[in-house]
Amino acid sequence: MAPPYQRSPSPSQPSGKGEVSDVKSQLRQLAGSRAPGTDDSKRDLFKKVLSYMTVGIDVSSVFSDMVMCSATSDIVLKKMCYLYVGNYAKYNPDLALLTINFLQRDCKDEDPMIRGLALRSLCTLRVPNLVEYLVGPLGSGLKDKSGYVRMVASIGVVKLYHISASTCVDADFPAMLKHLMLHDQDAQVVANCLFSLQEIWTLEANTSEEASSEREALLSKPVIYYFLNRIKDFNEWAQCIILEMVSKYVPPDSNEIFDIMNLLEDRLQHANGAIVLATIKLFLQLTLDMTDVHQQVYERIKAPLLTQVSLGSPEQSFAVLSHLHLLVMRAPMLFSTAYKHFYCHYNEPFYVKKLKLEMLTAVANESNTYEIVTELCEYAANVDIPMARESIRAVGKIALQQYDVNAIVDRLLQFLEMEKDHVTAETLVLVKDLLRKYPQWSHDCIAVVGNISSKNIQEPKAKAALIWMLGEYAQDMQDAPYVLESLVEKWEDECSAEVRLHLLTSVMKCFFRRPPETQQVLRAVLAAGIADFHQDVHDRALFYYRLLQHNVSVAEGVVNPPKQAVSVFADTQSSEIKDRIFDEFNSLSVVYKKPSYMFTDKEYRGPFAFSEEFGNMSIGVESEETAASSQRVEASDKELLLNTSEKEDKVLSNNGPAYSAPAYDGYLDTAASQVQSDLVSLEPPLPSHPPKTSSGIDLLSLGLSIKPTPAPTAPTLKLNAKPVLDPNTFQQKWRQLQVSVSQEISISPQGVAALANLQSLLRHMQGHSIQCIASGGQSPNYKFFFFAQKSEESSLFLVECIINSLTCKAQLKIKADDESSSQAFSTVFQSALSSYGTS
Amino acid sequence: MISQFFVLSQRGDNIVFRDYRGDVQKGSAEIFFRKVKFWKEDGEEEAPPVFNVDGVNYFHVKVVGLLFAATTRSNVSPSLVLELLQRIARVTKDYLGILNEDSLRKNFVLVYELLDEVIDFGYVQTTSTEVLKASVFNEPIMIDAGRLPALGPASIFMQGTKRMPGTAVTKSVVANEPGGRKREEIFVDIIEKISVTFSSSGYILTSEIDGTIQMKSYLTGNPEIRVALNDDLSIGRGGRSIYDYGGSSGAGAVILDDCNFHESVHLDSFEVDRTLSLVPPDGEFPVMNYRITQEFKPPFRINTLIEEAGSLKAEVSLKIRAEFASSITANAIAVQMPLPAYTTRVSFELEPGAVGQTTDFKESNKRLEWNLKKIVGGSEHTLRAKLTFSQESHGNITKEAGPVSMTFTIPMYNASKLQVKYLQIAKKSKTYNPYRWVRYVTQANSYVARL
Repeated sequence: MAPPYQRSPSPSQPSGKGEVSDVKSQLRQLAGSRAPGTDDSKRDLFKKVLSYMTVGIDVSSVFSDMVMCSATSDIVLKKMCYLYVGNYAKYNPDLALLTINFLQRDCKDEDPMIRGLALRSLCTLRVPNLVEYLVGPLGSGLKDKSGYVRMVASIGVVKLYHISASTCVDADFPAMLKHLMLHDQDAQVVANCLFSLQEIWTLEANTSEEASSEREALLSKPVIYYFLNRIKDFNEWAQCIILEMVSKYVPPDSNEIFDIMNLLEDRLQHANGAIVLATIKLFLQLTLDMTDVHQQVYERIKAPLLTQVSLGSPEQSFAVLSHLHLLVMRAPMLFSTAYKHFYCHYNEPFYVKKLKLEMLTAVANESNTYEIVTELCEYAANVDIPMARESIRAVGKIALQQYDVNAIVDRLLQFLEMEKDHVTAETLVLVKDLLRKYPQWSHDCIAVVGNISSKNIQEPKAKAALIWMLGEYAQDMQDAPYVLESLVEKWEDECSAEVRLHLLTSVMKCFFRRPPETQQVLRAVLAAGIADFHQDVHDRALFYYRLLQHNVSVAEGVVNPPKQAVSVFADTQSSEIKDRIFDEFNSLSVVYKKPSYMFTDKEYRGPFAFSEEFGNMSIGVESEETAASSQRVEASDKELLLNTSEKEDKVLSNNGPAYSAPAYDGYLDTAASQVQSDLVSLEPPLPSHPPKTSSGIDLLSLGLSIKPTPAPTAPTLKLNAKPVLDPNTFQQKWRQLQVSVSQEISISPQGVAALANLQSLLRHMQGHSIQCIASGGQSPNYKFFFFAQKSEESSLFLVECIINSLTCKAQLKIKADDESSSQAFSTVFQSALSSYGTS
Repeated sequence: MISQFFVLSQRGDNIVFRDYRGDVQKGSAEIFFRKVKFWKEDGEEEAPPVFNVDGVNYFHVKVVGLLFAATTRSNVSPSLVLELLQRIARVTKDYLGILNEDSLRKNFVLVYELLDEVIDFGYVQTTSTEVLKASVFNEPIMIDAGRLPALGPASIFMQGTKRMPGTAVTKSVVANEPGGRKREEIFVDIIEKISVTFSSSGYILTSEIDGTIQMKSYLTGNPEIRVALNDDLSIGRGGRSIYDYGGSSGAGAVILDDCNFHESVHLDSFEVDRTLSLVPPDGEFPVMNYRITQEFKPPFRINTLIEEAGSLKAEVSLKIRAEFASSITANAIAVQMPLPAYTTRVSFELEPGAVGQTTDFKESNKRLEWNLKKIVGGSEHTLRAKLTFSQESHGNITKEAGPVSMTFTIPMYNASKLQVKYLQIAKKSKTYNPYRWVRYVTQANSYVARL
């Protein structure tokens, strides 16, 4: 992409080399001069040099002359000189030596300002063979009586570390920093020590045990409280970093959690959005295990977040809104009354509007859908086309969420009457998705869709959607075969392979429903398809052709099997990824909607980022789970439902609560997934099997109920009454072990009724020596992780138990160190669970 | 940790460029500018304030047409960086008095000085104008304030011919008055941005006030200041209260949905008597931000009519009524209305004797524009326009046009009735009596009437 933009020449942006040599000779003249007014001329010259430097002209050739001129007591001149030297020393290591002298001298100046500035410049030279000159001044800088100098020195240490890590460590600077951090009076010195230490110890931790424990020590209670107790001494920026650090601290008990939250409560009223977000992150992390309080936190942060959104520049508002978006997606219910705050202003940038539309979609429920859809319809008529499209999609998404579908379908159909091409196109795609989910609406929709002239539709996605409907509802649309025919006639002009693929399939479907009218077209389309240059189109045409040759009724079973309505469109982002993003609240991950390992190089992952290993591990768990539950629609339904209701699935996902809403992102890519599902429908049937019972179901039930080997007679399984297991080990084991028992059991209605009090269930299970390590969920789905240990040996049993309170069923997955006794344990577990609520 | 900070002009030239950590390539400013200028992703035409190119994260905010930008490779808090960029712009303005491309270019060495102290090795050190004073030695080079455009920041407080001292907005915190002595003065501005959406029948669908109490202090010796707000001010709301439109000014409690405060504000007696006490730091800063969704009387009513008048023709009538006291005048009113996409020509008809009004039809985006220099409270203005189309409209013409949006500034008017009852300055001596200015202004944020 060659940009048509050209940099226009301007007087302040000279490009030639002539100017540089001019400056060079003038600097020479001034170097030795002591005449009055010299400083003023020097200032002008230095300014010129810096302005060249700014616009990117290489002025490194005047390095020695600049250094010669630097003998001055004028602080403004000194600063300009330092800035220049800092920029070019790296590329002129030999010449940089020239500056050492005057910088070292300045480091001993009477004026603390000069000492500080000189030290800062000395540390920014970034020349490895000059580090020896650095150690002395840095050491005395850390002990300087002026806070300004100590402030500079404490950051200087990390600069030195980046030039030469060994020099820094050998000089024992980290230890000095630690001492300063815990004892200095100046808050900014303390903050800088913290910044430097976090960076140094994180980098060192890879190679040194000691550094890694030092890094841990930053999160120890005394250090955390030291910072918390004087948090208001720090400026707002340092407060942000401290709050971020505290969010990694795990308080041992809930009293401490409340203490911290009470202490920091007023930070939510700060005008600086970064502080507010850092505080929110801390509160959310602290209360992960306290469902009720966690919910209260959501309530508490709503108003401050909304205030931050409406304050300040659109850019700041965007950053806060991205975070609000994340929270809304996790807990849409809690924000459903605030929906009016997500209405768009006409003058907002599109990136803000888009987030707002997604939030409006998420919070739509029975009570507000009417108003939200009315508002969205206003946007749909908007002159701003991207906005109109986005709004129509939002209406469609809401329809797919099942609230008040009736009224929405009417509105969608009204869009088609607006006769704006982009509106029609978007709407068609949506109507198609709606029909896939609610086939019962086909009558109303088809009546309207049938009136649309295919000539007016140009966008491939919309065209594909229309063609799909023509095939699927060929019996309801009178002229379907003829419309298809006219489309086939223009096969050569159709440049989208996607549309051609749909055309093939639709003509096939139409043929099975109305053979006499379609036969002609079918021949034409197969011929055209087989001759197509696009591989997929060619292959599909050939496949259909052979299938028809083989047996027409089999072909019908393949191409046009009876379909079940799609109940939930697949989610594009796994709950695992969402949890990782939530863990990285108040970072770019939220804005990009990606966990940091996807966009950040390893060495920049921040002081307390999760290690890669951990990430892979939990992803492993995820994929194993999905594999186990197979890709059947029903199964993934359950997954989705669970995800909506899980609140603190702390063990499996790395300590993120999963309030995650089913985001219907997936269906956006509808046309593509349409193709996919069509292809899928082609796969399973075998000529001998009538495709009535989907083979997927068989596979599923096989997968879920592996009949355990007949239980070895383990008459009494004794369990340890007080086993110990930390969540990490649990997670590790869960990943390593195979499922040895997997089955569904029934629970008594009394037990289900008593589920309202989760704690009592957990106590009940404890009474049977079965410990809960994590639990969560909302009616009707609850998810638990239990573990137990044999009394004599260390052998462990791990259980995942999903209880559906509507069906009164529980699904168990048991993993055991010793598989031979897992059946016995299963019996114990089942009897424990089934006795709940009856006693 | 921030790697680089730079300010780019509208054309993409570096005005200042500071590299703090040396871990992002030198050409980053160019990469950034191209990306912003030619942004086309996800159907969006405007670059978001944060994006990632090859592992480098680019942040930017737009201030007075300039791009204040930063880069980093780490996964930092986006709020922190964007807030910081905005703050750097504000501190720079405190020093330069006027922030624009010209003043930045003239003072770039001073800006470098500031940047040196604001960030060290990517870590924010301070953004307090007060603290920075100790370590910034360049004298700002003032640019001529007289050349500011008429609708620039200095003019928002203009009220008719009585001119408030606009200097507060354009005076550097370090520069001295021509007389050599600093004038002791303090400005407290209550700035409210209002958003209102009217339905086609004139009913208010949504309304919100985003307010800021902004302070700029030129007091020496940092005396303590007390600001008293309405006694009946309450924060947080249980339900929607019924607001009494009939009451005169001051009547009816002001209910804030939420508010937040500047670091320096003490709230010790806020719960009791609604006073804020603070020792104002140098420079401009928001004392308090607040948000109100309580209903309020919108300053303008908009009446729009669009009707077909024969084939390929239609007529628009726009009526604006100022519903505030006649002692108050609104400035710089602009009314915009998108017209049907197939509009080819528009002829306007202003009311007889109209002064200071201009009209335009923007062919490129089919938009009608109507600008009024001022509107006096209680008055009403009408614009009629005849449209010519290139094709027949499809049925409902009102669905093809609108909504009407409006921007304006109303000095000495505040929609919320939040007031500064008094501004008390701790006295140093009997003769110490600095100038205090308490000013109100209401601006439109999103003021929209649907058809």
